[in-house]
Amino acid sequence: MSYPILSTVIFLPIVGAIFIFLIKRTSETLIKWTALLLSLLTFALSLPLFTDFDKTTAGMQFRETADWIPAWGIKYALGVDGISVLFVLLSTLLAILCVTISWNSIKLKTKEFYAALLLIEGSMIGVFCSLDLFLFYIFWEAMLIPMYLLIGIWGGPNRIYAAIKFFLFTLVGSVLMLVGIIVLYLNTGRSFDILQMMATNYPYDLQVILFWAFFAAFAVKVPMFPVHTWLPDAHTEAPTAGSVILAGILIKMGAYGFLRFNMPILPEATKAMAPAMMVLSVIAIIYGAVICLGQTDLKRLIAYSSVSHMGFVTLGLFALNMQGLQGGILQMINHGVVTGALFLSVGVIYDRTHTRQIADYGGAASVLPVYAAFFMVFTLASIGLPATNGFIGEFLIILGGFTASKVLGTLSATGIILGAAYMLWLYQRVFFMEVNPKLQGYKDMDMREILTLVPLLILVFWIGVYPNTFLSFMDASVQNLINRVNTAGQPQTAQHIIEVIK
Amino acid sequence: MDKYILIPLLPLTAFIINILFGKSVTKDKAHWVAILAVLGSFVLALHTFTEVLGGKTVNQDVYTWFVSGSFRVSMGFLIDQLTAIMLIVVTSISLLVHIYSVGYMHGDGGYYRFFSYLSLFTFSMLMLVMGNNLLQLYFGWEAVGLCSYFLIGFWYEKKSAADAGKKAFIVNRFGDFGFGLGVIMIFLTLGSVYYADIFSKIGTLQGQTINLLGYDVNLITLIALLLFCGAVGKSAQIPLHVWLPDAMEGPTPVSALIHAATMVTAGVFMVARFNPVFSLSEVAMNVVAVTGAVTSLFAATIALVQNDIKRIIAYSTVSQLGYMFLACGVGAYGAGVFHLYTHAYFKALLFLGAGSVMHAMSGELDIQKMGGLKKYMPVTYWTFLIASLSIAGIPGLAGFFSKDEILWLAYNGGPVGKVVWAIGTLVAALTAFYSFRIIFLAFHGKFRGTREQEHHLHESPKSMTIPLIILAVGAIAAGWVGIPSVVGGSNAIARFFQPVLGHPHVHAGHDEEWIVMGISVAVAMGGIFVSWVFYSLKPGIPRSLAANFKGIYTTLWNKYYIDELYDFIIIRPVKWTAVNVLMAVTDGAIIEGIVNGIPKAIANLSARLRKLQTGYVQHYAMSMAIGLFVIITLFLIAASK
Repeated sequence: MSYPILSTVIFLPIVGAIFIFLIKRTSETLIKWTALLLSLLTFALSLPLFTDFDKTTAGMQFRETADWIPAWGIKYALGVDGISVLFVLLSTLLAILCVTISWNSIKLKTKEFYAALLLIEGSMIGVFCSLDLFLFYIFWEAMLIPMYLLIGIWGGPNRIYAAIKFFLFTLVGSVLMLVGIIVLYLNTGRSFDILQMMATNYPYDLQVILFWAFFAAFAVKVPMFPVHTWLPDAHTEAPTAGSVILAGILIKMGAYGFLRFNMPILPEATKAMAPAMMVLSVIAIIYGAVICLGQTDLKRLIAYSSVSHMGFVTLGLFALNMQGLQGGILQMINHGVVTGALFLSVGVIYDRTHTRQIADYGGAASVLPVYAAFFMVFTLASIGLPATNGFIGEFLIILGGFTASKVLGTLSATGIILGAAYMLWLYQRVFFMEVNPKLQGYKDMDMREILTLVPLLILVFWIGVYPNTFLSFMDASVQNLINRVNTAGQPQTAQHIIEVIK
Repeated sequence: MDKYILIPLLPLTAFIINILFGKSVTKDKAHWVAILAVLGSFVLALHTFTEVLGGKTVNQDVYTWFVSGSFRVSMGFLIDQLTAIMLIVVTSISLLVHIYSVGYMHGDGGYYRFFSYLSLFTFSMLMLVMGNNLLQLYFGWEAVGLCSYFLIGFWYEKKSAADAGKKAFIVNRFGDFGFGLGVIMIFLTLGSVYYADIFSKIGTLQGQTINLLGYDVNLITLIALLLFCGAVGKSAQIPLHVWLPDAMEGPTPVSALIHAATMVTAGVFMVARFNPVFSLSEVAMNVVAVTGAVTSLFAATIALVQNDIKRIIAYSTVSQLGYMFLACGVGAYGAGVFHLYTHAYFKALLFLGAGSVMHAMSGELDIQKMGGLKKYMPVTYWTFLIASLSIAGIPGLAGFFSKDEILWLAYNGGPVGKVVWAIGTLVAALTAFYSFRIIFLAFHGKFRGTREQEHHLHESPKSMTIPLIILAVGAIAAGWVGIPSVVGGSNAIARFFQPVLGHPHVHAGHDEEWIVMGISVAVAMGGIFVSWVFYSLKPGIPRSLAANFKGIYTTLWNKYYIDELYDFIIIRPVKWTAVNVLMAVTDGAIIEGIVNGIPKAIANLSARLRKLQTGYVQHYAMSMAIGLFVIITLFLIAASK
């Protein structure tokens, strides 16, 4: 098959969203089926990225380039490498599950909901595929709008507060990044070409300024300590699909930003700032985990666990070695799968009980045994049990982190104790002990819900038992990235820098 | 190769069948699937054992698990003498426990679930002992821990059971924290996590130190102690022993299989497996020996006063595991594993016997409420008696030979060895005492339970008594492979282990060996005698002792208040910090304070914006427009330069 794969998977959902807008509001079934078929089709069309990807090269693949605004050096340039390709696939997969999990729970403004969902999908994929910084920024910001709507319209009781908080945090970060982008543009011979930037060596002082400018945007997204407080509110108030997208993809964009911009474009600054980044990461791991022990709200707890898990991710990335980076990227996927699954699972029970308070549960394993089994698997993956995906990621990260810094590596490993403590405690309070009378009479998962969770269940074990399928995608690109960071700032490139500045 | 893969794969298959189809298809026939699978594993294990006896060892990869840069690890098998004996222990005890459970778990609502967990456990334990690298060991290690969690909390409706399962998992994670760092240290220093590579290269680290927070620490000592952390957790040694007694919340067959015979011995197995590493560090060896000795004494003293039959046996297990570490610590790895092997039979027997008693007593655990059970359940009584004689170390029975071997080799082991030998001998007396306390209180004398209970007293069904009888044979004869030369035996097992585990040099002569043996037999007899006096002849003595030494008694009764201590210094402070510091202060007052409060202007602005908006889309379109406007303006400024 020959079609522009990346453009297709970006614009099929976006065009689809417009199409959904044209459907009559009352034809809810038609709207839902259209959204489902569109997301399935997008997923199917994205599969060649998995099967035809050339794992031997670090370069961009499936590239598409066209001039867009030549006067300003803006191009429509797309491509994926070993770092981004898996996120495109994860996005197309999770989009389907978001549609199916919302099937019965979204009754208000159905049309707008599914349209927003597809808009988010398209723009998220756009973020991962853009090779032009201007295009990247468009997608980055475009995604915010439907996400804001998702939380603000279909969220819980406190949704407006959460939505505005989410928006403000992200906006403040983005504004600083925008400044950074413009400075980069001016220093790259008026070009937004990301690949050209990766080949350019900027003066160190400039790199440092740019590093923090981009850091502002990405750290908020990850979210890193101490700019994480929007996440618990956003997650708690968002509808299930919103939480899944937030946890599954949106917060990965922050880490992806570090990988795509800070590291290859600003390698010297990255190297210099890495210790600080690692310290922040370890704080996030421990802080996020300990605070989980104080939570009384299901979704809030899982949201804070994301802070801890994303701490592992950034620790691995800024360890700047093979195991750390591969573990970090794999853990991004893992976190998308597992936390996505946990939020989907919470959605399953929330649809029945309409409460997020842990105290309203208890004994759910007796009432909903199949559901309990699924939740158990995702809990185990979350605490990094071997043979689940979480183990591979966490192990590589701790190995990489320890290689970079023994103290930080050791501290990060306390996360495995705390992680077990808060997750198993959560599981006990929800599923074990005597059945809470409030839970009596609820039905176990139906086929739609089971089918929604099964793909993620398979991924948990696939990545846990045979992670090489996924690690091998990254080998070349990560090695290339490491080389870039390690050889940066060496004398022979000084001449080149001067030329660029001229 | 295929044959070896089948050993763990058969129980895994049984697990998958029962967990997926237990509810709809196999139901109350679930045990057939599980038993056939473990029987298959047992037969293959026997076959493998005979191959190893013939001198064959195997070290082979099955598939590459994961690769990242220079890190590579696979799933693979190392079959040698140590693995072979573990295969026999695991599959045989597992098989007997499976059969016993058919009777014991009959009619339980989670029947199929129980057997699927047993199968999963057997698979995991086999993966643990068969692995040829540290990461596969870690896989098995965590997987058996998971099964333990499932099975302790099997009756999850009970809060105490759910608590105990969680506690076991989390306490073990403390050990695994060190263990994991040990694995990482090994990879960073030796570049591999495969046993063969580690053992051949570990010597190159001799004399090397590593700087830790300003101190130079011997590298091998550090690695060995980190690994030992894992063993301390899994094998319930001080200070991580607290989970094992609580684990008795699980069904009794589970206590026999997991919390006595197999999983808890994984720590001993690991230390024995890593003997080439431990042996290079005297400090680490002494830590292992002393931890083992202290734990064995500590747990034995607690066992003296408990009344819950399963908890007594649980503390006895902690104590006996301490014995095994004591052995490893003095370099007598072979003796440690020998005791692991004999202990598996007599301790599984004790637990299954206790289960049989509970079965008859409608779940009663308090030995003070039993008495005279001998005449109602003779098979249980006689087998329990054999197990007790064996653990007490009465000559001729399995426990005697392994315990004697440990004490003798400890006695030979330098100053530390002498000390731990003395402790071990004392523990032998205590062991005999508390073991026979159960015999006298539960099986002899008059029945002290309710009339209702007395009415129901009965011997257990055949599916339960036959495993008891088979285990009793083991509790008698399992030690005959290790009869020392001084009494005319050939100590075949020590020679069998020699290639993997070595054998410590013995300086002392036969006379001393006779004396050491004599002392341990004498203290065992003494322990039984005192127990008989206390609980059969003059029942007033223990009561007046408890009254006169109230401080000691309550301390022992409350298990030295360790649980309370941990609650006070770890659990509460962490929870308090979460709620009162992180949530209230840092997240709440500081970060949220800055975000929500400080830029009042922004807050006002957002409030106004909120009022402005008639629909959300427009609002965002506007902010986009503003954004674009900013970009364009900046462009123009830049272009005009």
